[in-house]
Amino acid sequence: MSEAKSALPGARFDGIASVEEAGLNGMITLRGDLDDTALAKALREVTGCALPGPREVVMAGDKGAAWMSPDELLVMVPHGEAEAAVAALDAALGESHALAVNVSDARAVFDVRGSHAREVLGKLMPVDFSAAAFGPGQIRRSRMAQVPAAVWMTGEDAFRVVCFRSVAQYVFDLLKTAASEGGEVGLYA
Amino acid sequence: MLILECPCCGVKGEETEFHGGGEAHIKRFGPGSSEEEFHDYLFAKENPRGVHFERWRHVNGCGKWFHVARCTRTLEVFGSYSAQTTEPPQEIRDAITARRPGWRWREFS
Repeated sequence: MSEAKSALPGARFDGIASVEEAGLNGMITLRGDLDDTALAKALREVTGCALPGPREVVMAGDKGAAWMSPDELLVMVPHGEAEAAVAALDAALGESHALAVNVSDARAVFDVRGSHAREVLGKLMPVDFSAAAFGPGQIRRSRMAQVPAAVWMTGEDAFRVVCFRSVAQYVFDLLKTAASEGGEVGLYA
Repeated sequence: MLILECPCCGVKGEETEFHGGGEAHIKRFGPGSSEEEFHDYLFAKENPRGVHFERWRHVNGCGKWFHVARCTRTLEVFGSYSAQTTEPPQEIRDAITARRPGWRWREFS
């Protein structure tokens, strides 16, 4: 099999916040009835995570799950384990009406870090990124300029941005521009 | 600018996160209906100055369809509700009545 490559290997920019491509990440779309106990059980077996509530993200070490819509979860595992995780989910789901698909290579992931990270994202997305409105454990799907993107926090002043791989360069350029030196707005200061 | 709340995922976002899907509560007339019914189904849309009901899709979010009641004159949003209904629920009608007493839209009031 050919060697897997992330969208923009090693891409990094340092300005008022640092923007870094997060490399290869295993991502699985899990669609089904989120009230189905079999689905929650399968998720726990594969990731060790409890079922996230609406607009929540739950992490357990290097694995996790994010609530994407009333019938969809994003399951996160290390890239090399994605295929095995899909097989494990399929086995655990049994006859349940659910679908697990490995979408790892259809996505690009960026980390935005720094004291101005909230501002950098706030410039690009129609979302209130003030600490009162958005904090760790929450996921927000919205648009970043002209493309869809999802954002959650991985720590204090650290955000993870997920977008489609086809727009990875566009999103990196957007983040770079928004994080340029001298671009502080001071809205969330 | 409209601030809409998606009843499917609970996100409150501004309108560019969503996509309008035209008039709400349209009854479909397909094969077997009269020419006039089909014509009205396709082309005879409401164009009110005031209370209006629309379909919207949370296109950059959870991807679900839902209904919105709003005012075309002031852009005030009265509320959003499930797509799985053929008429506005009572609480939405009450919310509109509180702001626009005596409103009418098609057969609803």
